[in-house]
This record gives sequence, C-alpha cells and structure tokens, in this order.
Amino acid sequence: MTPVLADRTITEVAALLRAGETSSRELTDACLARIERDGERLNTFLSTDADAARRAANEADAARTRGDDRPLLGIPYALKDIFVTRALDRDGRPLAGGFPTTAGSRILEGYRSPYPSAAQERLEAAGAILIGKTNCDEFAMGSSNENSAYGPVRNPWDETTVPGGSSGGSSAAVAGGQAFFALGTDTGGSIRQPASLTGTVGIKPTYGRVSRYGMIAFASSLDQAGPFTRSVRDAALVLGAISGHDPRDSTSVDRPVPDLAAALTGEVKGLRLGVPREYFVAGMEPGVEASVRAALDVMRDLGAEIVDVSLPSTDRGLATYYIIAPAEASANLARYDGVRYGVSAGADELWENYARTRGAGFGPEVKRRIMLGTYALSAGYYDAYYVKAQQVRTLIKDEFDAVLSTVDAILAPTSPNVAFKIGAKADDPLAMYLNDACTLPVNIAGLPGISVPCGLSGGLPVGLQVIGRAFDEATVLRVADVYERAAGFADLRPPTANA
Amino acid sequence: MASITRDDVEHVAHLARLHLTDDEIDRMQTQLSNILEAIETLRDVDTSHVGPTASVIQLENVMREDVATRPMPRDVTLANAPLRDDPFLRVPTVLEEGR
Repeated sequence: MTPVLADRTITEVAALLRAGETSSRELTDACLARIERDGERLNTFLSTDADAARRAANEADAARTRGDDRPLLGIPYALKDIFVTRALDRDGRPLAGGFPTTAGSRILEGYRSPYPSAAQERLEAAGAILIGKTNCDEFAMGSSNENSAYGPVRNPWDETTVPGGSSGGSSAAVAGGQAFFALGTDTGGSIRQPASLTGTVGIKPTYGRVSRYGMIAFASSLDQAGPFTRSVRDAALVLGAISGHDPRDSTSVDRPVPDLAAALTGEVKGLRLGVPREYFVAGMEPGVEASVRAALDVMRDLGAEIVDVSLPSTDRGLATYYIIAPAEASANLARYDGVRYGVSAGADELWENYARTRGAGFGPEVKRRIMLGTYALSAGYYDAYYVKAQQVRTLIKDEFDAVLSTVDAILAPTSPNVAFKIGAKADDPLAMYLNDACTLPVNIAGLPGISVPCGLSGGLPVGLQVIGRAFDEATVLRVADVYERAAGFADLRPPTANA
Repeated sequence: MASITRDDVEHVAHLARLHLTDDEIDRMQTQLSNILEAIETLRDVDTSHVGPTASVIQLENVMREDVATRPMPRDVTLANAPLRDDPFLRVPTVLEEGR
C-alpha cells in the first residue's frame, strides 16, 4: 500500500513536487493536519506556527514556479527544541514567526534567541520549512523523553510507551507524519535510540561533521546533530545539507563533504562488515536479538562478508560516559544563573539567587548529572574519575580504530530493547542508562552511526545500527540503504499513519 | 566502595550552586552512591600506559583573525534578562556595606 502524503519520504514527495503533482502548501497542510489531530495527545511539539509555515510554503511554491529546484525546497521539517532559532529583531523585540527555545527546561521558559543555530540557517538556505520545535528530555539528558519539563512524549506505535530520548519529540513527529524530517542531537544515543524505538532512520554523524553553533550544549566533546527521516536516502539528503565546516564552532572540522546521495550505490558485495560479539549484551530482549541476527543474514545473502569481531572494552562504555558527559554538563550548565536570560528565583542575595534559581529551574535528572559531574571534577576525585575515564576513552577509541582497519563498517543492535512503558524505568536511573549501552561507545569514539528499522518485536520497531570510520558517513549510509531496500521494512508505519 | 554521605551531597551541591531540598538530598545520596558504585568498575581497567583523550579530533588552538566585529546590540543582549535596569542587568546584592 502506498502511504498517504504525510507518511511518504522526502525523496517521494520531492519527485511529486518536481512533477507538479503536489505543492509545498499541500505537504505543509498534511503535516499540520497530523499535528492538529495527534500533536497534543502525543506531546510531540513544544511550539508550532501554522500561519508562518503556510506563508513559507506559499513562498516556496512561488519560487518553484520561477525555476527554483533545490532538493529540500518546500519540505516541512522540525527542530529539536535544543537548537536555538532566531526570535528577536534587531531592537530586541519578539520577531513575528520566531520560536522560543527551551531545551525542555523550565529554566529557559520563554527564552527567545537573538540569533539562529547553524542548523536553522543551513536548512533555511536550503528552502526547507520549519514547522515547529519538538519536545525533548531536559538539556538532552534522558533516554525516554520523560525528563522534559513539559511532559513526556508518546510513541505513535503504542501510546502507552516512550518514543526514546532524548530526541523523542523529533522521532515521534517523523514516525507520526507530523514532519518530513526532524533534527535531533546525539550525545550518547539520543538520535539512534529514539529512531530505533519509533521505526525511523536516525544518523549521528562523525564528531566535527556538523556545526554545533547554536545547539545548546550538553557534553561538548560528544554532542552531534543529525536527522530523523523515513528512509536512508532522505537521511543522506538532509545530512548533506547540514554538514560542513563552520568557523563559529572551533570543533567543526574543515573537510570536504562528499555527495552522500551519490554514495548510495546499492551494492555491498565485497564489503567486510564486523559484528562485535560484546554488543549482544546480557539482558537484551530475545525479539531484538532475533531481528538483528536476521538482518545479518540479509546482508550476507546480499554478498557482504560478515565477520565476528571483538571490542573488549564495550562494557566500560557506560561508566566512562557517565563520568565524561556529566563532567562536561556540569561546566556547560554553569551558565544558567538567572542573570542574563531564563527564569530567576528573585532571592535578595547573589549567591543565594544562583542556587535558588538553579534549584527551582532544573529537573531531577539534570540535577543528578550536575551533581555527578561536579563530584567527578572536585578536588581529590579528578584523577580517580575524570582522568581515568579519559584514559578508558582512549582504549575504547583505539579498539574501534583497530577493528575498523580490518572491516568497512560494524553492524550491531541500536538498543537492547523495544519501546518500554511510560514510567517503567523512571525511578531507576541505572536501568535507564543501560538503554544506551550499544550507542554511547560510538560517541566516546566520535564515529558515525545510523539506526535503520530491522523489523518488529511484539509489534514494536527494532533498529539495526551501522557504525563506520570517522568521516565515512558514505559507507554507513550505503550499507544501511542496501539493507533497507532488501529487508522490506521501509514502508513500516505506526497505527497513526495512513489516515 | 563509593559511599556518599549527606555532607558530601551538601558540599557538592554548594560547589554546583544548586539548592536542594532535604528530600532531594536524601534521594541524591542514595542515587549518587548507586551510580558511583557502577562507575567505580573503571578502577579495574589497566590504564598505566594509556594517555587521556579529551577530544577525538586532533585540532589545537583554532584561531580566528584578530579583527574587531560588531557586537550584539545592547537592547538585544538585554532582551532576555529577568531583571534589567537599562542600560544594565540588575543583580541582587553582591557585597553588603561593611562586609
């Protein structure tokens, strides 16, 4: 069955646009109708502006009649509410059509950014239409979207379950036909894990590939932005549009971006794909393991050589991550002091006002991580925790580099489980952290990774993860694309679709 | 064995300029102890010959041209301030008289 307009891929609707068989206005109205119907119930968006989106769509349609044929022209998309979006004019007054930016936190309630993120700039320049800002875990800290100060997001596949996190609004919006693509950020799995749990495609590029300018910082040595889409080809298209050097981000790497769509050769014969035995972790759901193992067979049948490999320090990833990420977060979040922006507690002495503002403005998970990070960096513990974690980081990275010098890419599960019930892990931080056991080593090593749907377990989506060499998004996308075309899960849509 | 005391929690909260309620301090004590116990497994890893990695990309001292650029206009800079007294930000008392 051909999906209805709102559930189709960018590649499909772009062809319809070019043929004059649909319009940007029609695509935008289709997304807005879904948001109208499901948005509040699923809690996907923190802000939308239907009028501004329709105006932009009309302009895109007018540009097309004048011969403008940019690939993302007139395609409606969403940004995780951790990307700042221009919302003030030159005099500091609210800009019409500008969105607030909250990072899912009370402490930034009502914040209006004076400047756009690099992501917004690039997508605006590509002609795409920003339809709204999506819900997320507060400051991107979480694996279920239950840590948003604005309430949890529901998974369109089963509304009693989570959509993953921290980019849960973005994953649910793309799964549910509310946007043709959405950007998320991934510090320990926050794009790939929600993609896995919602049956969407999500790619975290190599660290340094996409500018972090205007992306509210969580852990600066790990954070990267990337797209959620409904196909691997769409992911290549959007990633190509947002990649590239930006002098405003000193960790953005000045390397040419290849034509990622052209890298989708449809061929994996002769490729060596490694399967790290340590990624089939204890506690992994049998249905997830079965789907991923079946995906390995599909790749073998297509002519790839599947080889057993070992990444022995994998089980150290979680501990390493939960020192480095909170340590960096505790420093990054020091800026929320209730003076220059955000809410203020209004205490009558400066130091007391800092503590009261932060105590009232941050939620429980953010407080936990600030405390953990401050502890790890404090006098007497710095070497035992922080330096030790950085040394183990070297080991993890070296093991990936060694394996990736013998194979072209790595295949693994994205998440050890499918979407779980809202509330099921909310009181157990460690159980929640285990959700990212298969994704966070990739951030520690700074490598590109994608999650692509590989079937259903108990009616809920499972993701296959493809991990590649640094800056080799091309091979990661090529492998995922071949799998997607052969496996027959490309048209998987949740029950909210096709109506 | 990581055992965090109530005093430890209060000390770290002070370093982080983070006000916690009594209930929060209790919960934090248990949760941080559990998390640190899991994290301390790193002690078993032999890293005697391993250097630390702060960043995976080998960039050092990225400089920009030393050229003056126009700063953000004052009204824009102040627009999000919770308390302002134009053309300044207003903050609570920093130093009391005689202190």
